[in-house]
Amino acid sequence: MYQYNEIDQTLVDERVAQFRWQTEQFLRGELSEDRYRHLRLRNGIYIQTHAPMLRIAIPYGVFNSKQIRMLAHIARTYDKNYCHFTTRQNVQFNWPKLEQTPDILAELATVQMHAIQTSGNCMRNTTSDHLAGVCVDEIADPRPYCEIIRQWTTLHPEFDYLPRKFKIAVSGALNDRAATQLHDIGLHLVKNEAGVVGFKVLVGGGLGRTPIIGKVIRPYLEQQHLLSYLEAILRVYNLFGRRDNKYKARIKILLKETGIEKFTAMVEQEWQLIKDGRELSAERVEEIKAHFAPPAYDSNAADDKNFDQHLAKDNAFATWVKYNTTAHKIAGYKAVFISLKSSDAPPGDMTDAQLDALAHLADSYSFGEVRSTHRQNLILADVHQGDLYGLWQQLDALTLATPNIGTATDMICCPGLDFCSLANSGTIGLAKEINEALDNMDYLHDIGEVKINMSGCMNGCAHQSVGHIGILGVDKKGVEWYQLTLGGSSDNEAAIGERLGPAVAKDEVTKAITTILDVYVGQRLEEESFLDMVKRVGITPFKEQVYADN
Amino acid sequence: MQIIKDKHIVDDTWQHINDDEKIPAGDVTLSLARWQQEKHALLHHAGQLGVRLDSTADVAVLADDVKRLALIELEFADFADGRSFSQAWLLRERFGYSGELRAIGNYMPDQAFYLARVGVNAFQPEKFADLPVMLAKLNEFTVHYQRSVH
Repeated sequence: MYQYNEIDQTLVDERVAQFRWQTEQFLRGELSEDRYRHLRLRNGIYIQTHAPMLRIAIPYGVFNSKQIRMLAHIARTYDKNYCHFTTRQNVQFNWPKLEQTPDILAELATVQMHAIQTSGNCMRNTTSDHLAGVCVDEIADPRPYCEIIRQWTTLHPEFDYLPRKFKIAVSGALNDRAATQLHDIGLHLVKNEAGVVGFKVLVGGGLGRTPIIGKVIRPYLEQQHLLSYLEAILRVYNLFGRRDNKYKARIKILLKETGIEKFTAMVEQEWQLIKDGRELSAERVEEIKAHFAPPAYDSNAADDKNFDQHLAKDNAFATWVKYNTTAHKIAGYKAVFISLKSSDAPPGDMTDAQLDALAHLADSYSFGEVRSTHRQNLILADVHQGDLYGLWQQLDALTLATPNIGTATDMICCPGLDFCSLANSGTIGLAKEINEALDNMDYLHDIGEVKINMSGCMNGCAHQSVGHIGILGVDKKGVEWYQLTLGGSSDNEAAIGERLGPAVAKDEVTKAITTILDVYVGQRLEEESFLDMVKRVGITPFKEQVYADN
Repeated sequence: MQIIKDKHIVDDTWQHINDDEKIPAGDVTLSLARWQQEKHALLHHAGQLGVRLDSTADVAVLADDVKRLALIELEFADFADGRSFSQAWLLRERFGYSGELRAIGNYMPDQAFYLARVGVNAFQPEKFADLPVMLAKLNEFTVHYQRSVH
């Protein structure tokens, strides 16, 4: 993974010093609430229902055992012994004290971590494919480009006070696992006819109140022009994005109101004026690529016989392998999902003890590296098949081996009303209720792939509008209700879910979900996935059953 | 009245003339609208000329005027309105403006470093007392990832 050089380290250290000064000034009453709010947000600090919340960046979801040990230390020292992984591949602490946040950031800086631009109306953490560099369907590894974008977006002098937040995602594989069509800018690594890798550029996707699927504004961009093209898009957005209404301030609204043709022409015109003389050099790209060189794989890994023996003997292990591991480009290796979706803990949460243990497992079995996914799980990306059985046993003892990746209980879930000051409705309790209702693993596995996404308000942090089943908490005169949608997807065939009908009461949500799944089991064709069936039959059969009693 | 210019605290010799005021001799800034209306009549003005821009101004209209202007003021009505940063960049990089580029109005000393990186070389803080703080903040970072304007 990328290792800081002196410039990176200095920048992060100087940022901590800057924020410490700002916080002291605020606490002395010399900096207004409004001004400090903008400054602290750009350092990842929200003021939440109970306490400040600190969101720490995990650039494109890649981090290491040393950093994980630091997160465990912070959880123990400054928080209530746990942290929460987010849909932006970041990690959050829910209970730090404001006056201690500069100290936390200083500790993070010692392990090359920061919270810069994890919130606020600026360019956020660039996200990517959690299987980058190891998947079997990769065109090119997106991580070097993510790192180049990370550096370019960090403390960008012109674009730190944008109309609204701005999110970039990069995918380098045939299957889009980074929801790039739902980002302000989505970049797909593609090859042109000559086989040269460049970018397909999408703009204007997004979730939240007005979910929109991004549009291609350039089918192929030569990679040396990456940063000048981003600059052109950002300049057009910064100058022309709406600032009169925060609900209409995202680039998706600018694109919609301007029209794709005119918007594209504006970007292209700007780009033509700046593109020459600021190309990314091949040496620079190679220098960054070197940080992502493959680890020292065992070329004889596939010769291992233990793996098959354990598979044959131990059903529970075989089930876990089926659901929680995925193919690796190197024979004899697997990428292993660590499920943060057991019924024992809120989705995405991890304790300090689990973090410490995970750091040890990463060192022992996966070259010291871990990934976070936008579905709020973690990955050990490079596990030798001969190590899988031992790893599974240890993960199981840590309740990190629930074999439910991609199933109905692998829910994305925001912190909801329990923590978030924006939320209308609770989510964590409901997630637990749904998880418990689906605790029969055979039933869960029979249902197969279903993505349930639940947000506590229409800001949509949990991407409910692209869930196969979306659950959106709404407030009706102080009572929590839930709007259900079906058929959303953030994959290649991205789609916004369709509303099933009127919102349902909190105590009816779990029944509605089980009813929807029962309709699927009853009416599916052979081998037909949930999403495929929804596409085939529409929402009516589900609607009829969910609202049958009303 | 003092300001920061080129990282030094200096006396400000300029005055802004409202649209309904008579233009006196000396170094004056005008609104963009007045400048566009009267710039030809001001060829023999005794003193230097400047323009004050709000964040919504299209700086391209000054493309032919940059040689005549000795000061362009970027006025922040709201520190969170980042358009002024792009205006500064465009004036310097695209339109080759080489005179004084000054940030005025409601912006934070914490933004001075970014402003300097997009070509602002003069700073008028909201409060006189902020001058030393703002001066210090120009050196807050010793490293950066992006190119500065020339």
